[in-house]
Amino acid sequence: MIVSRTQKAGFSLYAGLILLLFYFPLFCIVVASLSKKRYFAFPYPAEDLTLKWYDAAVRSPQVAEFVGISLKIAALTTVCSLVIGFFAALAYARYAWRGRKTFQRLVLLPLFFPQSVLGLALLMWFNFLDITPSWWTAVISHTVWIAPITTLIMSIQAYGLDDSLEEAARDMGATRGQILRMITLPLLAPGMVSAACFAILLSWGNFALSLYTTGPDSALPEWLYARMTSGYQPIVPAVGAISVLGAIVLVVALFGIIHWTTRKNRRAAAR
Amino acid sequence: MISRNAATSTPISALPPEPERLHSLRRDEAQRAAPALPVSAPPSSPFPWSPDDPALRHIRTDANPLLPRLLARLRTTPGVFGRFSSLPFVLLMLFGFVMPLLCVVWFGLMPSKTFSLLQWPTLENYRTIFGQTYYKSILWSVGLAMLTVAILLVVCYPLAFALAKVFRGGATFITYAIASSLFVSENVRLFGWVIGFMKNGVVGGTLARLGLPIDSLLYNVPVIVLGMVYVYLPFMLFPLALGVKMVPDQVREAAFDLGASRWQVFRKIDLPLSMPGVLIGSLLVFVLSIGAITEAKILGGQKVVTIAADIETEFTYGQNWPLGSALSTLLILLTTVLVFFALGRFDLEKFLGKKPREN
Repeated sequence: MIVSRTQKAGFSLYAGLILLLFYFPLFCIVVASLSKKRYFAFPYPAEDLTLKWYDAAVRSPQVAEFVGISLKIAALTTVCSLVIGFFAALAYARYAWRGRKTFQRLVLLPLFFPQSVLGLALLMWFNFLDITPSWWTAVISHTVWIAPITTLIMSIQAYGLDDSLEEAARDMGATRGQILRMITLPLLAPGMVSAACFAILLSWGNFALSLYTTGPDSALPEWLYARMTSGYQPIVPAVGAISVLGAIVLVVALFGIIHWTTRKNRRAAAR
Repeated sequence: MISRNAATSTPISALPPEPERLHSLRRDEAQRAAPALPVSAPPSSPFPWSPDDPALRHIRTDANPLLPRLLARLRTTPGVFGRFSSLPFVLLMLFGFVMPLLCVVWFGLMPSKTFSLLQWPTLENYRTIFGQTYYKSILWSVGLAMLTVAILLVVCYPLAFALAKVFRGGATFITYAIASSLFVSENVRLFGWVIGFMKNGVVGGTLARLGLPIDSLLYNVPVIVLGMVYVYLPFMLFPLALGVKMVPDQVREAAFDLGASRWQVFRKIDLPLSMPGVLIGSLLVFVLSIGAITEAKILGGQKVVTIAADIETEFTYGQNWPLGSALSTLLILLTTVLVFFALGRFDLEKFLGKKPREN
């Protein structure tokens, strides 16, 4: 589309403004986590800058425990939702079958659903089945919510797959195994990687589902929430800032992977 | 391309019974239905009936050619792969989604303050909800959610337009910058606003330094709306950007060439053609924000009680599970009706990727 320079500048300005507002709370968190005082008050003198809350956060056995539980949940959820999502994506995007339309609706349903209610419903269902909630019931609840997301991500990739590439390979005499190894799999790999990243990060940050389904085990967001509503400590923004940094690192890595694989594919295609 | 269409749209029996052609068609179909992806591909056959299956031994014993034929038949039946690969997901949904919801609906019909599901159903809880002030929290939730959707539509449309049509490399950067926030727990981000807005917070402190001391900006309705707008912005932005991308440039240019004003192009072309994105984004945001707890709690400081907070109270302090379930049932009903109504209106596949393979 042809856009004049002033229009483009206007759009850029608007986007910049939104990004600035968008990152304002994260900036606040970092600022608060660097203040030495127990009670936060904004313009603090430069000599109050400290990293001691980060130190405390890293050393705290309590935080380590919650991080461990969160990581356990995230890892298992990722594996489950990748496997389930992979097959579901095939059913969603690659095969023709009679129940497909209904299936596609079903995939979306958990996403268009208030998470807190889903968490509660699962809690009651586990109670009915006499299952004591613990971290692995949280894995089930996270998977119910995240498997549709991984399915959609991989389906988009599978949709974008050009049939003619496979057909061309078949016409040129490639065996089915060769087609799979050299064409389908490399083309679908970025979808799987980004689905895995989404799964890890969404499970890591999830609060509403964990709140109801972890039982006596607590995930990190639950602990943060409890600390925020009762009794502020600067260790809370420190933990928050660490998780922000972790997310940014993972997203940059994800971006790098996608960029790298597409470039490699393009180069391979050019050759 | 032509042969494939013929194979899909014409039933085999309708074709002239020419043995060679029939054979080639079958093979063609078998190839098409065969998996293009690793896990479901042979040799680790996805069929429950492998040739070594003991349950099928009686078929094989007398060298009956039935089994190979059965397998070939299965492989050529369109839909087998689809059904099998959807199975794990469907089972997960049955166990983790459908059954729990039925459980909630049933629990909502139990007499109040009980913890068992095995009693005679009554409508007592619903009478309580509509007789007392619980309906107020429902109204608050619906109102807040609608306001959030409206604000987000206005805020996000220009940005989505810029992402889809104006920016090139910048679009990727903004997409990643906004998407990465999804991965930081909602609580942490809302807490950032608390630090920014509390008394002596980042905003208050800066203004005080400039000689404009203000009290805390927290604990009122606009701040709750701000928090919801902030948290759910990505859920509006990305569907909208996808929707705007669907508007062909030629149509817009043609309208401009024919003398349409900018507003007319927006009203008559951009908006209708990007409607799927608008609809999905609005729906997503509405549903998510109607179930929101933390915004009202962290930023609103209990000024407003939303339905999700009410439900939580019934389950924790109130110890009245049936009443909480009845409230949840109302929420479920509201969202389900909305989702079915909205999603039934357009073709999702066109939105996500390309057209389905069979016409």
